Amino acid sequence: MTENQQGMFGAQGTGDTSGYGGLVRSQANAGSAQRPFGGYFDQVADDLERAYPDFADAIERVVVDRGELTLHIKRERLVEVALILRDKLKFEMSMGVSGVHYPEDTNRELHAVYHLLSVTNNQRIRLEVSVPDVDPHIPSLVEVWAGSNWNERETFDMFGIIFDGHPGLTRILMPDDWQGHPQRKDYALGGIGVEYKGAVTPPPSDRRTYK
Amino acid sequence: MSTYADPYASSRETTEGTVFSVTGGDWDSLVTEIGQAKEERVVVNMGPQHPSTHGVLRLVLELEGETVTEVRCGIGYLHTGIEKNIEFRNWTQATTFVTRMDYLAPLFNEAAYCLGVEKLLGITNDVPEKANVIRVMMMEFNRISSHMVALGTGALELGALSPMIFCFREREKVLDIFEFISGLRMNMAYIRPGGVAQDLPVGAVDKILATVKDLRHSFKDNEKLLVGNSIWMKRTEGIGYLDLAGATTLGVTGPVIRATGLPLDLRKIQPYSGYENYKFDVVTADTCDVYGRFLIRINELEQSLRIIEQCAEKLKSLEGAPVMVADKKIAWPAQLAIGADGMGNSLNHIREIMGTSMESLIHHFKLVHQWNL
Repeated sequence: MTENQQGMFGAQGTGDTSGYGGLVRSQANAGSAQRPFGGYFDQVADDLERAYPDFADAIERVVVDRGELTLHIKRERLVEVALILRDKLKFEMSMGVSGVHYPEDTNRELHAVYHLLSVTNNQRIRLEVSVPDVDPHIPSLVEVWAGSNWNERETFDMFGIIFDGHPGLTRILMPDDWQGHPQRKDYALGGIGVEYKGAVTPPPSDRRTYK
Repeated sequence: MSTYADPYASSRETTEGTVFSVTGGDWDSLVTEIGQAKEERVVVNMGPQHPSTHGVLRLVLELEGETVTEVRCGIGYLHTGIEKNIEFRNWTQATTFVTRMDYLAPLFNEAAYCLGVEKLLGITNDVPEKANVIRVMMMEFNRISSHMVALGTGALELGALSPMIFCFREREKVLDIFEFISGLRMNMAYIRPGGVAQDLPVGAVDKILATVKDLRHSFKDNEKLLVGNSIWMKRTEGIGYLDLAGATTLGVTGPVIRATGLPLDLRKIQPYSGYENYKFDVVTADTCDVYGRFLIRINELEQSLRIIEQCAEKLKSLEGAPVMVADKKIAWPAQLAIGADGMGNSLNHIREIMGTSMESLIHHFKLVHQWNL
């Protein structure tokens, strides 16, 4: 949550019709989990350590929260770990690449989260990579899971994370000439006029006097 | 390049070759001009508002003669920024958004979202049994209505009009059930974090069972029209081939991966909302093609009906049970509900909330209204 995140129509105080006014969010910053992780998570961690000798160096943090396992990985090691997870640990499917923006988390502002599913073992884990806003580069996993192609394009479009090695990293949802990345926390909601064939419809904030 | 002979059928030279603008005008001159070009390769823009693209989809097709060699999709036209909007809403308000993510599967979107919120709140196990049964029942009804659109419009695309008429007739019956239970035919926001928005109306179980009987009878019409139909099979068998390796690397699930022979069904392998308590079969096919996916959808209809019947049995013994968690900081205390006359809360109910229950009033204000200040 940043200071410039406001209600929908940019209103302050009592004019905000967005439903955001009273919301107070605190950021949970869980530390690394300690063994035993519980369930099949220990098995997954053991198998990964055995198959990947640099485990201790590549994994920054292990988080077990609400029955879900997340491995925080250094970005330089992401492709190696992903390949081992796919080939040795049978995580055959990547179900998506999410982006998260933590503006307060200096030098780790942008996170990419990979949701993996093993059909063979009926397991799910998550990989998380964090990069600084000034250097938002993460190696692409399209070579590992082809479905990451569109997922990475979406995360690029919404968060501005650049996936190095992607075969065609272009915007997927927003228009090609769009400015900015809308899902970042410092990107305001609304306030953009709609232009069609030369005529401009002003944004709601200019149309009505909510202020 | 600034002078055009015909503004509705012009051409201009670019670095990529000649660009023709076609607006339904002079096809003859277009064909002649393209015929004169040395290159066989033609790039055609299709959409974003083209009769054969569903929703607002844009395809950029690369053609060699009549063969499509490459296609690029523009999928952003229906992007509505729901995630961004939800950042500025509270958790319950977001159900109004997520139900609109896929207008054919509103209840699945609501369920997925609410299960996530409940997990975050740590109240997964507090959701009352009746709410889970209603969720499962509504989701299975939704599966039927969604499959009906898939089958109906799929057949329509291939030139068969009758299946669409039958499928939409069946879909209407399901939408009637949705309207009866939630008050809305689509985009119900019926599943809420903590349970469902309101209890079943009087006589719901009987109506559900009658509809199940009716649907089971009517589904035979669709089967007779399409299963084994030689024209239908010629247009679907071996088409859209995607095998198991392709589906896994692309992260494809649902009927498409089940058509490769893999019984991947989260209701069985990672059950949620009590799916482990129901008897049903996972339908698969081994053809990897459109016909296999079609057969899966046809056969899943019967499985959904089976689950709904089991839900109805459970609901008979859950008369009057709660459908929302007891915690009034999550559930809205006013228990807003449509009365039997379809007219919303009775005056007595309002009077009680407003006049006699101070705590309800405070909670309702804090949860519903204060957000808007």
